[in-house]
Amino acid sequence: MKHKITLTINGENVTSEVDSRLLLVHFIRENLDLTGTHIGCDTSGCGACTIMLNGQSIKSCTYLAVRADGAEITTIEGIAAEGTNHPMQKAFHDQHGLHCGFCTPGMVIRSIDLLKNNPNPTEEEIRWGISGNLCRCTGYNNIVKAVQQAATEMQKES
Amino acid sequence: MFKCKTSPEVGGMGHSVKRKEDARFLHGKGKYVDDVKLPGQLTMVMVRSPYAYAKILSINKDKALAIPGVLAVITGYDLKEFNLHWMPTLLSDTQMVLPTDTVMHQSQEVCAVIATDRYVAVDGAEAVEVEYEPMQAIVDPYKALDKNAPLLRPDKENQKDNKIYHWEQGDRNKTDDVISKADVVVKERIYLPRIHVASIETCGCVASFDKDTGKLLVYLTTQAPHAIRTIVALVAGHVGLSEEKIRIIAPDIGGGFGGKVPVYPAYVVAIAASFLIGKPVKWIEDRSENLVNGFARDYHMDCELAATKDGKIQAFKVSTLADHGYTDSSANPSKYPTGMFSICTGSYDYEHAFAELDAVYTNKAPGGVAYRCSFRVTEAVHAIERMVDKLAAEIGKDPAQLRFENFIKKEQFPYDSPLGWTYDSGDYKATLEKAMDMIGYEDYKKEQAEKRAQGKLMGIGICTFTEVVGAGPSKDFDILGIAMFDSAEIRVHPTGKALARFGTKSQGQGHETTYAQILAEELGIPYTDIEIDEGDTDTSPYGLGTYASRSTPTAGAAAAIAARKLKDKGKKIAAHLLEVSEEDIEWEVGKYFVKGAPDKSKTIQEVAFAAYTNFPEGMEPGFEATHYYDPPNLTFPNGAYICVVEVEEETGAIDVKRFVAIDDCGNIINPMIVEGQVHGGLTQGIAPAMYEGIEYDDEGNVLNGTLMDYLVPTAVESPNWETGHTITPSPHHPLGAKGVAESPTVGAPPAIANAIIDALAPLGIKHLDIPITPAKVWDAIQAHK
Repeated sequence: MKHKITLTINGENVTSEVDSRLLLVHFIRENLDLTGTHIGCDTSGCGACTIMLNGQSIKSCTYLAVRADGAEITTIEGIAAEGTNHPMQKAFHDQHGLHCGFCTPGMVIRSIDLLKNNPNPTEEEIRWGISGNLCRCTGYNNIVKAVQQAATEMQKES
Repeated sequence: MFKCKTSPEVGGMGHSVKRKEDARFLHGKGKYVDDVKLPGQLTMVMVRSPYAYAKILSINKDKALAIPGVLAVITGYDLKEFNLHWMPTLLSDTQMVLPTDTVMHQSQEVCAVIATDRYVAVDGAEAVEVEYEPMQAIVDPYKALDKNAPLLRPDKENQKDNKIYHWEQGDRNKTDDVISKADVVVKERIYLPRIHVASIETCGCVASFDKDTGKLLVYLTTQAPHAIRTIVALVAGHVGLSEEKIRIIAPDIGGGFGGKVPVYPAYVVAIAASFLIGKPVKWIEDRSENLVNGFARDYHMDCELAATKDGKIQAFKVSTLADHGYTDSSANPSKYPTGMFSICTGSYDYEHAFAELDAVYTNKAPGGVAYRCSFRVTEAVHAIERMVDKLAAEIGKDPAQLRFENFIKKEQFPYDSPLGWTYDSGDYKATLEKAMDMIGYEDYKKEQAEKRAQGKLMGIGICTFTEVVGAGPSKDFDILGIAMFDSAEIRVHPTGKALARFGTKSQGQGHETTYAQILAEELGIPYTDIEIDEGDTDTSPYGLGTYASRSTPTAGAAAAIAARKLKDKGKKIAAHLLEVSEEDIEWEVGKYFVKGAPDKSKTIQEVAFAAYTNFPEGMEPGFEATHYYDPPNLTFPNGAYICVVEVEEETGAIDVKRFVAIDDCGNIINPMIVEGQVHGGLTQGIAPAMYEGIEYDDEGNVLNGTLMDYLVPTAVESPNWETGHTITPSPHHPLGAKGVAESPTVGAPPAIANAIIDALAPLGIKHLDIPITPAKVWDAIQAHK
């Protein structure tokens, strides 16, 4: 069964007919060709599919596209204007917080959400805050440092 | 310490320049295999066996084919028509692509459904009706050796039992003799369980066969694209896929760790499907398919270490039973069925050793990949490092002191090990001293004594490992006969910018940055002016790929030597431009100058321009060089790791308080990247030490085939790693480098295990196999009460 959904993604309005069972992550990746949002596990275990939905980070691999009707979504492609970096993206680059890059979009989005709720987290709060997102390459040390750098810079900005 | 020769702007060796590849990943513009979308692309989903061992009585495709959008169901019988239902493994065994009569492990591919859409393909897979007759699976490798055990591979000629091969190295009789006469002998059966690399990106491919041109293009999650091209040609040459028509592209890869070296059956099926249908076919593995297929480790090692009563090691013997699943599809060099396991004598100086291994078939998935280590080095290091600690405990000697008294000394290098390796370099004493200083070893010893007096469980664990990485040399190492060299091709354009291509393939290691830095070091061209390209077999030079920490030892060396060839040519051009003889030209990074007249000079960029515009008469134009590097020896990175833990007696909970890793990987190209690699490897070391292990029930069912129950460490389980270095350059590598990314995965598990077992020593606990979980600790505590 098809459903008409209308939503905003990275500032653009999108209207589409989708199957009841279509997962949001597939809608984003395959219908909208925004392939920065990745799939790592299908069970909300790894966080590679993390996006912002109505201002909150969610795992889009276990979220039906129809449920996102009316939502405002931001993916990794939309967190900063073309050719610029969000302070979190800059911090991941500066601190070598990524290796293969596969977990990176989800990790960056989750980290932005973490700072929104807790602008000056302790190391332990950062570690717990990103514990829904797996990284197999970095050992997390430099991801933690990146979130700390971004926290400092974002506080300066605000 | 290493002194930088170049400015930070040029960014040669020793500079922590930021990575060039980051931008696309940070902006969601990486191009991974699942991001490939070709016109008319179809999706393939595998139907997999629910049983570990069963006869297939029938496969009924009808209901699946009746679903609109399902285009084909491919079975073993369909492939048999083309003689493609079996394929060779890298180690002379055979593996089913799709079965015709029997399934040999749970989740084995049974047939493939090709459909227009991913969801329809899954519907189709569910609609395929397969009738099985289950049989009693053999799960325990020791039971596979029983005389009455059913023969698992009757398809193999001359196969009379479930043994695959016996391997041995060293002098059994002498080693036994020394052990029988020794003052002290410690023994242990050590099990390194089945684990999975679980890269966050699973495996997959998009195969696209063009019926008009006869060309096959495959986007593939592979660490070794060139070798795969040759393998595809060898496997499918008889249906017309010859090597010049095959193009393999390894796009961005979301982590490899060895899991993306093998050829998985579904790759072959996708290629066959595209060949038959004439449209691109995409297959992307889901996480459970990933975790349940392929594995690393699974070695049961009976170890004996003999020493004098003062703790001078005299002999080491290890007899291993290796569970390979239903076929030996280990990703190892041809002549090394057990990989580099004979590095098991470790960092210590003694004469006698013997290692043997029997490999057996069971009803488990095949695999035998590395999990971020050079071929079987983790198993070897775990064996010796646990046994050295056991010896220290047995004779009541401090484990650091015992190691100092037994280390191979700095002046003994190159050192011929009892099992036949020539260790190139190291200063083991300095490395361990640095680790002890950094963590404050003596203070922790005092604290431990105080805590023990209060009845608290605190442990300190050491591991001083030696790795063996960077295969070739080609006289010893090959994959299916192809020598394990690697390659670099440099093109310096007229404007002084460059493009360099390699036979390797980064999966996150940062090649686009570090290779550019090697060339910046050699040529003085800023690393930002050098593009790096790998992974496309149509454009990059042939190489054996990236695994076993071989990129820097082989392709990195090739880059340096190719650059030196260019520099030699440049010297002739500079002499021509400066109107002096070649002998009067000297080089300093980035420019040629006239001896004694440094103001008379030409930059490398000016020379590159002249190579296309104003070259000496008779000289071949252009400024390009290629080198295929065949290393004279392997490199032997080493390290000293120390871990401090506390264990809660009431619950078995383990708290890693500190972990210090000192690595000696020779000269360092980019310290930031090396440190990052060490961090990541350490987390992949704590993973098997405390969390990961694929578990089976007696029927051969995998009990933890999702990321909800196969515990990949999060940022919470991963401690704050503390790292450092000693630098002993490799004497035979052109850059003095050794390779690093796997050392921490090798060194961390024994350090952690030794620390936990040391914590439990006052209770009388002498050994625990990894993963050492709170439940396992709690059980051991109860058993020793």
